Amino acid sequence: MSTLKTGAGTAASRPARPVFPFPAIVGQEEMKQALLICAVDPGIGGVLVFGDRGTGKSTTIRALAALLPEQTVIVGCPYGCAPEAPQGLCPVCAPEHDTGHKPRSAKVPVPVVDLPLGVTEDRVVGALDLEKALAHGEKAFEPGLLARANRGFLYIDEVNLLEDHIVDLLLDVAASGENLVEREGLSVRHPAKFVLVGSGNPEEGELRPQLLDRFGLSVEVTTPEELDTRIEVVRRRDAFERDPAGFLEVWDKEVAKLRRRIVAARKKLAGVAVPEPAYRRAAQLCIALGTDGLRGELTLVRAARALAALEGKAEVSDEQLRCIAPSALRHRLRRDPLDEAGSGVRVTRALEEVFAA
Amino acid sequence: MPLRRVPLGVADDRLLGGLDLAATLRGGSPVAQQGLLSEADGGVLELAMAERLQPGAAARVAAALDTGEALLERDGLAARLPARFGVVALDEGLEEEAPPGVLTERLGFHLDLSGLSLRDLAQAPLDAAAVAEARRLLPQVAAADEVLSALCATAVALGIASLRAPLQAVAAARAAAALDGRTAVSQEDATLAAALALAPRATRLPPVAPDDEHEEEAEAPEDPPAPPDPPDEQSRDPESDEGEPDLSDKVLEAAAAAIPRGLLEKLRLAGGGPRGAQTSGSAGAAKTAFRRGRPIGVRAGRPGGGQRLNLVETLRTAAPWQPIRRKEGAGPRVEVRAEDFRITRFKQKSETATLFAVDASGSAAFARLAEAKGAVELLLADCYVRRDQVALLAFRGVAAELMLPPTRSLVRAKRALAGLPGGGGTPLAAGIEAATALAVQLRQRGIAPTLVFLTDGQANIARDGQPGRPQARADAEAAAKRLAAAGLTALLVDTSVRPNEKARSLAGLMDALYLPLPQADAKKLNAAVRATLAT
Repeated sequence: MSTLKTGAGTAASRPARPVFPFPAIVGQEEMKQALLICAVDPGIGGVLVFGDRGTGKSTTIRALAALLPEQTVIVGCPYGCAPEAPQGLCPVCAPEHDTGHKPRSAKVPVPVVDLPLGVTEDRVVGALDLEKALAHGEKAFEPGLLARANRGFLYIDEVNLLEDHIVDLLLDVAASGENLVEREGLSVRHPAKFVLVGSGNPEEGELRPQLLDRFGLSVEVTTPEELDTRIEVVRRRDAFERDPAGFLEVWDKEVAKLRRRIVAARKKLAGVAVPEPAYRRAAQLCIALGTDGLRGELTLVRAARALAALEGKAEVSDEQLRCIAPSALRHRLRRDPLDEAGSGVRVTRALEEVFAA
Repeated sequence: MPLRRVPLGVADDRLLGGLDLAATLRGGSPVAQQGLLSEADGGVLELAMAERLQPGAAARVAAALDTGEALLERDGLAARLPARFGVVALDEGLEEEAPPGVLTERLGFHLDLSGLSLRDLAQAPLDAAAVAEARRLLPQVAAADEVLSALCATAVALGIASLRAPLQAVAAARAAAALDGRTAVSQEDATLAAALALAPRATRLPPVAPDDEHEEEAEAPEDPPAPPDPPDEQSRDPESDEGEPDLSDKVLEAAAAAIPRGLLEKLRLAGGGPRGAQTSGSAGAAKTAFRRGRPIGVRAGRPGGGQRLNLVETLRTAAPWQPIRRKEGAGPRVEVRAEDFRITRFKQKSETATLFAVDASGSAAFARLAEAKGAVELLLADCYVRRDQVALLAFRGVAAELMLPPTRSLVRAKRALAGLPGGGGTPLAAGIEAATALAVQLRQRGIAPTLVFLTDGQANIARDGQPGRPQARADAEAAAKRLAAAGLTALLVDTSVRPNEKARSLAGLMDALYLPLPQADAKKLNAAVRATLAT
């Protein structure tokens, strides 16, 4: 038994181990594309990665953490508020902002927070600070993982094994972008806007429909079947494990290039136009597939816009819609057990019909 | 070197760690208690009876294996602790039992020790100094591209989809070279790695090369050698004849020779992956319910409504806040508040529910509705004995109606049944659909549903509410197929005067047991339902 320090501060938001570089991941284009799109426009609502084991799901998502450009935060704010636009919700920055002081800011890595299985409720939403409570009898709020993930990513591996009561907490916060804590005599409300990223293997069980709906994009990954691709995966991984530092150095340029692309796309995003026919196409697609609600269209258009920005295009065209439609729509289809084709195939079929017209 | 054994049904506070209550109260500041994962850092984690390991626990171990760290986010504690360990999972399972795939996927070697006795293990082949030396050498060991290609090709030929397997094989080959004091992976290392890391995961035999040499090879697994043996023979064999075969072929041969006997037969029987893909998924089988079963932990909540207060956990939760509460007001010595309440969560195999879908239309069934009701009443009594939930659904006129949502109340069920009106058309498709939807819903809540239809199969109202026999029939058949596709257990009781083909074929489409009511005295019906439920 050893004593450990409590508190969010002890767990670094970025793993200490060297992380496999994002551009070095072979294939899995759809997954990489979906993650990059969410990096450009975090409002899209996250990515769900479902698929075979040993396809590099976790590797890719952890690689994203090392790829993202740093962001500016107010020093000392546990929620990582941005200095240029303090979100009125933050209980730390808001009073400070009202005094008119110019806050000190710093560049920090984008938080990619792991939500491990077996996490307890108090660590997710935040709770009474144990240390202060025990030592000084003082009532203070200790922010949880949702606070740490604000303006970043929240990653849940084996998302379908997450316990129901934790899922319930997430659903609420993911929808509203703020975390409301009413427990142990504390009453705290703080911003909690994050990109939800989940991964899992469908064999372990289904995902609850409510949670499925929260993910903007959903990606199915399979193991590459081509021998050369597989050899390349093994070759790169082996090289990385033998000499992580050397491998990272080789890929450093590619990482920097991709990072610049994300930054450029973010700047460009607001300026990307969505012409009328693109809206029409999106609606036609969703009607053809019979998706519930309007979230399908909204996500489709939004993701297409982010993709156009990534590709450096000035406006959204059929090309982006076609490219992103399977990710944006496949998890929104009604289940039809008689249709043996996967939902991805159904989207492709609908795409052919709509775009042929 | 630490060795930690993970007991079956391990709780999260032991596996991952948590708050050490006694030390916390003594010291006046929070003291964390390490979990098995971080305690095993630098050593070995042993999983006994891995085939019974919960998928959740397996996923926690797998996450630590992936990152080399145990992520603790519990009880107000947040820590990232080193947790680099080797896993030894002991699978003592019988035929169908298998350790969770999420774990086996990450384990490099799969050894079958049946047929070995303690005597075979008397001599340890390694000593600590040799291992230490090999570890020192390991970072310098290089695997040629040819070796990587050969191992990848072998994995493909054996039908191993996951890319973790060839990666583990490469690691094994490098380790073997290091143990031998070399800095380059040799052919022997590659064949050894293929035999150890790839062969046990084979899902198919490699395509047979039409040479007679291969037949000798096929016999290799007949004698039960200790795993490292086959590569030695194999590597000698192919070299002796015609020239230099490709390394890929040699490695594949070695792996094929090391495929455990009977593995492929088992695979064929299981009709799926070797690692019990089906064992962990089934939604109903291991859902958490809150009434009965084996306790699996606690959660915050109020007692009542069948939930039991867990006193020890409640006090544990309350304990750390005592200094604050004493400050706030001079209360009793230990102040427990509602938010401290902890209730025990239970897990049980599965709750069951029987859904009765009764055709209350004016057609032939009308005459026999009373009899049908009688039959249902009998079944209800039986359900009550089994503590099943029951639900009653009637379809008549143009739509189906849920007369009684799932309940355990026998009285309510009887009352709903007695008040069931008859007459109107037969919207069979609507009835089947509504019953399917309800059953699927129940299943998602962890309750295993059984459907009992009482109908004559004479549909005359189509799905859109329009009359017309052909369309109504087609719709009903489509609905029946969907029910079968959803994998639901069903029983169809034919309530027509004479058993008729329509009802029988409908039962066929549903994959349901067919039972004509005319011959069905109460006992027979009861026995049929019981038999259906037992499956």
